[in-house]
Amino acid sequence: MINDNILEINDVFFGYNRQVVLENINLTIREFDFVAMIGPNGGGKTTLLKLILGLLKPHKGTIRVFGSPAQKASHFIGYVPQNIHINVNFPITALDVVCMGKLGPEKKNSRNMDRDDALTILEKLSMSAYANRKMGELSGGQRQRVFIARALISNPKLLLLDEPTASIDSKGQSEFYDLLKQLNQELTIIVVSHDLLVISSHVKSVACLNRRLFYHAQSEITSCMFDSMYPNSECCPVEMVAHGLPHRVLQNHHKIENE
Amino acid sequence: MFDALQYEFMRNAIACGLLTSIICGIMGTLVVVNRIVFLSGGIAHAAYGGIGLAFFFRWPYLIGTLGFSFLSAMIMAAVSMKAKHRSDTIIGVIWAIGMAFGTILIDLTPGYNADLMSYLFGSILTVPRFDLYIMLGIAILISVIVTFFYNDLLAISYDEEFARIRGIPVVPIYFMMIGMLALTIVMVIQAVGLLLVIALLTIPPFILEKYAKSLVQMMVGSSLLGMIFTLIGLGLSYRFNLTSGACIIMVAGGFFFVFLLFEQVFIYLQQNRS
Repeated sequence: MINDNILEINDVFFGYNRQVVLENINLTIREFDFVAMIGPNGGGKTTLLKLILGLLKPHKGTIRVFGSPAQKASHFIGYVPQNIHINVNFPITALDVVCMGKLGPEKKNSRNMDRDDALTILEKLSMSAYANRKMGELSGGQRQRVFIARALISNPKLLLLDEPTASIDSKGQSEFYDLLKQLNQELTIIVVSHDLLVISSHVKSVACLNRRLFYHAQSEITSCMFDSMYPNSECCPVEMVAHGLPHRVLQNHHKIENE
Repeated sequence: MFDALQYEFMRNAIACGLLTSIICGIMGTLVVVNRIVFLSGGIAHAAYGGIGLAFFFRWPYLIGTLGFSFLSAMIMAAVSMKAKHRSDTIIGVIWAIGMAFGTILIDLTPGYNADLMSYLFGSILTVPRFDLYIMLGIAILISVIVTFFYNDLLAISYDEEFARIRGIPVVPIYFMMIGMLALTIVMVIQAVGLLLVIALLTIPPFILEKYAKSLVQMMVGSSLLGMIFTLIGLGLSYRFNLTSGACIIMVAGGFFFVFLLFEQVFIYLQQNRS
């Protein structure tokens, strides 16, 4: 049976100590989807990512990535971390960071092969001029491209990005989403953000996460998103999205006002 | 000054200093990039408890000290793995207990007692030949292990979470690194004292960190810099008849501050030019 579900999360519960962080999460992501996972700070986004990556174990429920348990599949996922400023003074070049993406439990390629692959990917992201620069000398946006290259070098089918736009300016952000759109032709993408702006026109579906998860097969912003994101806010949702680069059609206003 | 080389003790001291520099250059690089300087200090000071044990039970130095240090190092490694932000307190406690335990055991040991000073600053001038061979063996062992696991050590040092995702056995590699560190520290304390271990572990790699482009460069550079410090320190100690361990530390420390000063001046000049 051919199963084109990249990710299957069934009835997952998780919490730290006694505090429940994720409740009854169900999510199925098919190949070539482009999902924006949004939710407020503390809503469990990073926790869910760590569960998908197998860094944490769910208390209840199952997570299957490419049909196998999350713990065994993490090295098939390309992961771009939220904090791209880790260890800025570390003695490492952009090229060596990208090569790190080739590391794995068993396969050991020759170093030269890895370097060639790394250079090809950096070329693709128009970063090859910086290959031999130290990470500390690069700007935030350049560093992020290096981390994307590190995630892509293992040819993943699924790319996870945690708060990717936090450290780049708005011009950089639109270039960044164009890049993701291009990548989306070959792989499935999940982007996590606490910011509704992330819902660019390239996104195909939206998952709202605030302890519980609601999945929307289209990328329009609905009242549910606002309920889950800003439960007590009375501000006009248009304000929150109008300065986003791509413009979205919003649901009728009165629906939100009625609640 | 070169007439010093005609004495065997001086040649041994130089060989010991060079081997120490190599071992400390390699492990010190890992210590500095992993930000585990405090943990290394903990291992080094807790080792004094092992020295006390060895004295009290009349065990050979290496068995008592290595066993005790290894145990305390593994506890510290486990604590720093589990609770990153709480580990410094627990390491500090083990540090203090180790020293107190060692001091009391030495008090209780009848007969002649070695003084604390010789373990703080070591006795590089009286290193026996046999110890040099052990140090050479350790230097080769550490170089081989670090070469073999280079990429894994690099990955866990740079981005531990990513290393986990790639399926690298992060926990065993981390414990192996701390184990090598304990071995290094115990070996080197005997020759040069626990203060010099910390100085040589941290000062050269710290200076190199900003300029090296890779961990290997940093390791090789730190080893060379450590050798320069050791040779100058030994020369000064011979010339002015001063404690050699302290001289080496003063050279390294002096260089460290001169380096920081020059760096600040350089940054200042660059900013004013533009």
